[in-house]
Amino acid sequence: MSTRLSKGGRLIDRAKPLAFTFNGKPMRGFAGDTLASALLGGGQVMVGRSFKYHRPRGIVASGAEEPNALVGLGRNARFEPDQRTTTTELFEGAETTSQNHWPSLDFDIGEINNTFYKFLPAGFYYKTFMAPRAAWKHLFEPIIRKSAGLGGVPKEADPDRYEQVYAHCDVLVVGGGVAGLAAALKEGRAGKRVWLIEQTPNWGGRTPVDGGQIDGHDAQNWIDSALVELSSMENVTMRTRLMAAGLHDHGYVIGYENLADTTPGDGRPRHRLWRIRAGHTITATGAIERPLAFAGNDVPGVMLASAVRDYIVNWAVSPGDRTVLVTNNDDAYRTALAILDAGLTVSAVVDAREETHGALAEAVKARGVRVLEGRGIAKVLGRKGVSGVEICAQAGEGGAVEMIDCDCVAMSGGWSPVVHLWSHCGGKLTWDDARAMFRPDPNRPPTGADGTGMATVVGAANGDLTLSEAMGGLGIGAASEEEAPLAPVWMMPAGAPDALRFKSFLDYQNDVKVSDVQLAAREGYESVEHTKRYTTLGMATDQGKLSNINGLAILSDALGQPIPATGTTTFRPPYTPISLGAVTAEAKGELFQPLRRTPIQSWHEAKGAHWEPVGHWRRPYCYPKSGESHRDAVNREITNTRKNVGMLDASTLGKIVVKGPDAGKFLDMLYTNMMSTLPVGKCRYGLMCNENGFLMDDGVVARLDEDTWLCHTTSGGADHIHGWMEDWLQCEWWDWKVYTTNLTEQYAQIAVVGPKSRELLERLGGMDVSKETLPFMKWTEGKLGTFDARIFRISFSGELSYEIAVPASQGLALWKALMAEGEALGVMPYGTEALHVMRAEKGFIMIGDETDGTVIPQDLGLNWALSKKKTDYLGKRAQERSHMTDPNRWKLVGLETLDGSVIPDGSHAPADGFNDNGQRNTQGRVTSTYYSPTIGKGIAMGLVLNGPDRMGEVIEFTGEGEEMVKARIVDPVFYDKDGEKQNV
Amino acid sequence: MSEAVSALSGQTHEGFVTVSEAGLVGMISIRSDLEAKGLAKALKAEGLPVPGARRIETVDGRSIAWMSPDELLLICAHDEAPALTARLAEALAADHALVVNVSDARAMFTIRGDKADQVVMKLSPADIATLPEGEIRRSRTAQVAAAFWRSGESEISLISFRSVAGYVMGLLEVSAREGSDLF
Repeated sequence: MSTRLSKGGRLIDRAKPLAFTFNGKPMRGFAGDTLASALLGGGQVMVGRSFKYHRPRGIVASGAEEPNALVGLGRNARFEPDQRTTTTELFEGAETTSQNHWPSLDFDIGEINNTFYKFLPAGFYYKTFMAPRAAWKHLFEPIIRKSAGLGGVPKEADPDRYEQVYAHCDVLVVGGGVAGLAAALKEGRAGKRVWLIEQTPNWGGRTPVDGGQIDGHDAQNWIDSALVELSSMENVTMRTRLMAAGLHDHGYVIGYENLADTTPGDGRPRHRLWRIRAGHTITATGAIERPLAFAGNDVPGVMLASAVRDYIVNWAVSPGDRTVLVTNNDDAYRTALAILDAGLTVSAVVDAREETHGALAEAVKARGVRVLEGRGIAKVLGRKGVSGVEICAQAGEGGAVEMIDCDCVAMSGGWSPVVHLWSHCGGKLTWDDARAMFRPDPNRPPTGADGTGMATVVGAANGDLTLSEAMGGLGIGAASEEEAPLAPVWMMPAGAPDALRFKSFLDYQNDVKVSDVQLAAREGYESVEHTKRYTTLGMATDQGKLSNINGLAILSDALGQPIPATGTTTFRPPYTPISLGAVTAEAKGELFQPLRRTPIQSWHEAKGAHWEPVGHWRRPYCYPKSGESHRDAVNREITNTRKNVGMLDASTLGKIVVKGPDAGKFLDMLYTNMMSTLPVGKCRYGLMCNENGFLMDDGVVARLDEDTWLCHTTSGGADHIHGWMEDWLQCEWWDWKVYTTNLTEQYAQIAVVGPKSRELLERLGGMDVSKETLPFMKWTEGKLGTFDARIFRISFSGELSYEIAVPASQGLALWKALMAEGEALGVMPYGTEALHVMRAEKGFIMIGDETDGTVIPQDLGLNWALSKKKTDYLGKRAQERSHMTDPNRWKLVGLETLDGSVIPDGSHAPADGFNDNGQRNTQGRVTSTYYSPTIGKGIAMGLVLNGPDRMGEVIEFTGEGEEMVKARIVDPVFYDKDGEKQNV
Repeated sequence: MSEAVSALSGQTHEGFVTVSEAGLVGMISIRSDLEAKGLAKALKAEGLPVPGARRIETVDGRSIAWMSPDELLLICAHDEAPALTARLAEALAADHALVVNVSDARAMFTIRGDKADQVVMKLSPADIATLPEGEIRRSRTAQVAAAFWRSGESEISLISFRSVAGYVMGLLEVSAREGSDLF
């Protein structure tokens, strides 16, 4: 059983004990512990159940590669599943729960899957649930979803905050081990702007545990002095707890910083996503030890050899009293020495190699440890913990030659460089046969914008596994024990029969065994990418950090080809999972999306406006009074506007000034009608089409002076139209002398609408707004009361109407002044829905209702706005294409329901017969439909086949249910056909 | 005019630095050939230079910034802007140029404190650490356009569009919160 040692532990502070719970059980650890070291220190070897077979599982590793020991952390809104105990720092009050079992960790019903493992092979779902089809959805899927899966999902919104930061540097060094420190020193001394980041809280990497000499000093002393020097360099930035998640094009590195996981609720951002632009990236990401594939290699207590010595040296935790070390290489003997140094027992070293004479092995032998050469583990005994191992000949088929009692197995199958960052953006790997590993190919790096390598690799990440190699590559002398070559061991024993292979795990987290990969090969899966998906090898949250190489070695063997011919699967970011909160950063709640506010917004808010989103604006839809429905409010606003006077906040309307000697020519190209002939002081309604002839935007253009026009656009279209103008000016007509500026936000614009609107303006005084001085479709400017106003005599409602533009800073004051002066006239604000209904009563089209990107002006009966004099305008040629001139294009008409009801929005008018897809034919559709309080019944506009030729005809539209709605085709102008009201 | 108000009426938040809306500020957009003699002359009459690429020059409380190869931004007192716009437009009447008052189309913010750069680091991909004095950077803050420059000792000024002033203030406030400084 694991336990805390009474002495040692270089990373823990025994003066700072911390209390936490595991499945409700109170436990204790120390500052500096990870959850994993604290659990092991408290004797908790079994920490979870596996994904598929629900097998008991324990801690395997001591770092980011851990596949098993994931827990739920926290509670309620701060609950988070799948937290990797080996990288999660312990903190006071941490509440942890094991995962993937029911009803309890100790007794799990799902473990029955383990008994029936033969019936759950690779591709099980594909094979089993092909038929009957209904069985999958209703029977198998619900059961499997309940029994499979890792942690639970938090049910409350995340209360924490997150942020992102941009950083820039010449050189980014990823990894704070000795290679990373040395690389940072070199670059820092050269005066580069250097960032050095390390994912753990500690500098130095593995070297303090593994020991050695660097530059003539004890390794730890060298690390300490390197840190002092780096800290003193102004040009070097160093950060721990910052993981490089991915290396992307153009030296763009995503970093993930852990700030406040150990202090939940302290108000600081919990995680920070760093977006780093690095001129060059040096990866010093180390290497990961590989497990060995023997039966029962997943029993709690079977751990990586490096992890065993990490727990002893770093955290003073003994993973077991009696350990069997099983290895194919010399490095693992360091674990035996660490165990012995801690006063614990190494029951035996099982070395798969026939002979072992390396310095480390000899040192272990010299301390009286039995070394069994040419041997392997046939199987691990025990279920919830190791009770012993059966020893066999590695070359044989698993016949036990000996049984050894133990409570811990330390295994090492060699090391794999961490090549993830190198590979993310296209760096290639090469197979090193002597060390049985893929290592970065320095001749094929990921390339930057200039085609040269944007990353280099140093240290163990480069395959320089020993200290002397790693530091030698950086030009620094270092000494460590000589190591004899390893022997590649992909299966233990080499001739393991089915019964053993069924229990030899490759991917712990997804429960993929040697037998599964071999089965996939037999079934014809040759590509490693296909095998991965078929078996789910390497597809869990650890992304195959332990299983990848072992799995593809087994696959290669099964396919009878060398490992490099099989290749690796694709390394994808992030290196380890990052929180979605960090990706979202500040963009939540009020800051989820920019909300555009008009200068009058606060008044609308105070009046309880009901909102309609228009682009990023929120516009008042209506202003319901207490107890009033939205529909009633809209009807009241319309009626009052038509009878008295209404006010609309039209500030969102696009306002683009266009000036220059060629401005008239330019606008003639953009609009379908003539704008160059518009006299100064007058307004003209115009249409804009795209190159394909489709109607894109509309609005009133005012000519301000000889070479200046002000173009009003739709609220949602302002930015697009400004961009559209600049696009043509900059890319196509670059020699035309035209300047544009988007003045949308410079002005607050207020529509004062209704028969009493003139009277209201006259009450403010200062400007002559009479019919004679300011007739329909003219504009003027001056002082309206105390306001700097430009007044346009335009109407989108059919009433006498003025639109008043003032600088935005004066907008709220003008609105309030108009409301105050208008009180005696019965003034009321109206919202966008009243605006929509009133324009529909007048038969005015609305971009986005009558148009949907497929409608041309001719469809809408707007031929009067298409200049016939102009040789060209954008869309003109397209509108002459055969499909655009097809007489069968649906055309705009008005629709009046016979029973007065309102046709549902989006309704179609069915026609006889069915189309080739078996769908009912149609002859028209509704584009706008409202209840008109002015007319007293439902009115609509729609596009109907040969509509204008069918006036008076009654056709049917689809209703809410089965019922059809009968409507008569009429002129789209329902109200004041002669325009007398707006022309007073 | 006495009732004129800026987008946020000078709202201020204290964090590891102080972020404030700067209140009413005059801004004039000038679009012109920046090499044109007429432009240099018109600006010289106002005591202003034509700034070089990416530069912002400040003379007697007014600043003039290079916004693009054919656009400048003149920053002045809010109540001075209408008349100054008219004078410049008049001076450039014979040239192809567009001078417009955009004071109310924008909002201006100041970030004050030794760690002002860090607030910008959280919101803009620009390399603020290498932004020299006298240079303006057109970039973005999170999801909206922004421009900023070093406007004084430990002070950065930032301009956004007026309609999103509330959003930008929210960004600045949350980014400047106590305890979230980077270094």
